[in-house]
Amino acid sequence: MPLYIVRRLLQSLLILFGITVVTFILLYLLPADPVRQIAGRSATAATVESIRHQLGLDLPLYQQYGRYLWGLLHGDLGRSYLQKTDVATLIWSRLPATLLLMVGAIACELALGLTMGLFAALKRGSALDQGLMLISFVGVSAPQFVVGILLLYVFAVQLGWFPIGGYGHFSNLVLPALTLGFLGAGWYSRMMRSSMIDVLRQDYVRTARSKGLSRARVLFGHAVPNAILPIVAMIGIDIGVFMSGIVVVESVFGWPGIGQLAWQAIQRVDIPIIMGVTLISALAIVLGNLLADLVTPLIDPRIKLQ
Amino acid sequence: MTALEAGSAAPLSVWARLLRRPLAVAGLVVIVVTVLAAVLAPWITPYPPDQQFFDGLTIEGAPLPPNGQYLFGTDLLGRDLLSRLVFGAQTSLLIGVVANGIAVLIGATIGILAGYFRGFIGAVLMRFTDLMMAFPALLLAIVLAATFKPSLWIVALVIAMVNWVQIARVIFTETRSLAERDFVVAERSLGAGSGRILTRHILPHLVPTLLVYSTLGISTTVLLEATLSYLGVGVQPPTPSWGNIIFENQTYFSSAPWLVFIPGAAIIVLALAFNLVGDALRDVLDPTQQGHH
Repeated sequence: MPLYIVRRLLQSLLILFGITVVTFILLYLLPADPVRQIAGRSATAATVESIRHQLGLDLPLYQQYGRYLWGLLHGDLGRSYLQKTDVATLIWSRLPATLLLMVGAIACELALGLTMGLFAALKRGSALDQGLMLISFVGVSAPQFVVGILLLYVFAVQLGWFPIGGYGHFSNLVLPALTLGFLGAGWYSRMMRSSMIDVLRQDYVRTARSKGLSRARVLFGHAVPNAILPIVAMIGIDIGVFMSGIVVVESVFGWPGIGQLAWQAIQRVDIPIIMGVTLISALAIVLGNLLADLVTPLIDPRIKLQ
Repeated sequence: MTALEAGSAAPLSVWARLLRRPLAVAGLVVIVVTVLAAVLAPWITPYPPDQQFFDGLTIEGAPLPPNGQYLFGTDLLGRDLLSRLVFGAQTSLLIGVVANGIAVLIGATIGILAGYFRGFIGAVLMRFTDLMMAFPALLLAIVLAATFKPSLWIVALVIAMVNWVQIARVIFTETRSLAERDFVVAERSLGAGSGRILTRHILPHLVPTLLVYSTLGISTTVLLEATLSYLGVGVQPPTPSWGNIIFENQTYFSSAPWLVFIPGAAIIVLALAFNLVGDALRDVLDPTQQGHH
């Protein structure tokens, strides 16, 4: 077990290292020139060259990368070209908003998905089951910006229950979290349904029933907890999907997280910020997968680490 | 044994079983209608998609809601939304098929090679796939699309670049287990070369999986294209795409909601159709799943 963890940690580190290499080369190869962006249209060739030199962008690629990696090892994500601030500081200031949104989204997708899956499994084969599974398919087939704008239109513009955008209050969180949660609910409801069907077939459920326990006790005391456990482990994997969603959802709702930060940086070719957000997202994805791998065997001892 | 049956399942029986599922039939109908609309777009649309009409805007210059003359209303420039929507189907399907085709090709090649040739090549390919799995895909696509001033083909290529990973993973696992099956081992001991084993014995067994993931993949592709175009870094106006119709009109969504929700519904219905058919195909083609229904 400890050996496995060490190996997985090393593997994760390698993946992150690989991500820095690929991102660096990719951004280096892009046709857009960040120096032109910084210098502005009217800059002379000399100014452009001096800025290029200042930023170290005239060095060969491997030297630029070496500098970047060296900084990274010291916790330095570089400096934004345009905002004249450390990337780490920028990301750090935006991270709480994104984490809050993530917690909200996970709460929504679990609440929606597990409930839908539970009812579908209990009424297996009925019209309710088919209806719920169709909804779960719509969940994974709906682009997040459409869901977001729809929720805004109905609940903010028409009904006025929630503010249109903004940040800082619980009511600001509801719609963006629901938007992100709707997609996840699609996956979770399908997983919960099959997990629940599986559990209901098990001997211990039959035993509990034959002991004369009430239907509710059997369900909520025995079946549901066991059905939920393997799904909880999936939350780690979910982080990847989530990281992809934040750019869109944060831009629809004007949510001040790292998704917006990245989106603005992309439009202005502010490469250090793009690198930073990519790396932080990758770190979250890698950690999420690691967590899922480590939690699963704790929950289900039949699964062995290897 | 089971895989053998799946690989050689008569097309008719697969069709027959597919057609017994109402949701799959609904999905197929949507796909056929969309393809027909896209192909026949120049003949069936009421107006040219780029023409701006004087009577297409109110006196204040606002777009018209759906009415008798413009069935789905008009957009901010006074163009007929229905006509733009039908031509937008061309964009969605073209990118869906091309991008997904490239992604399946890359993913299948990498998956098969890595799964069959273990050792160094396999290890390198799979570590690279793992790395791409950890990449925030949409972020990568946005960065690429934003800097390349996208044409239709670049958008398709960008989408393919981020979408091959999952297919590679699935095909890798399947090829690896196929390569250890008795019939492959027997063939190899009879002196068959890798090329022959791959094309004659492994590839045919991968067809069901490839079919399922190609269908599901089109849905992912359609969604990704819509998202990129919605952000303004996908298909560029005036070429209509369901995503960029929303991008162009979104600031007025509260006063002209049809401009967002009609194309939005089109995206959902098409992506849903491919998901439903793909899911049904998975059930129909996978022998281990039978009996569950």
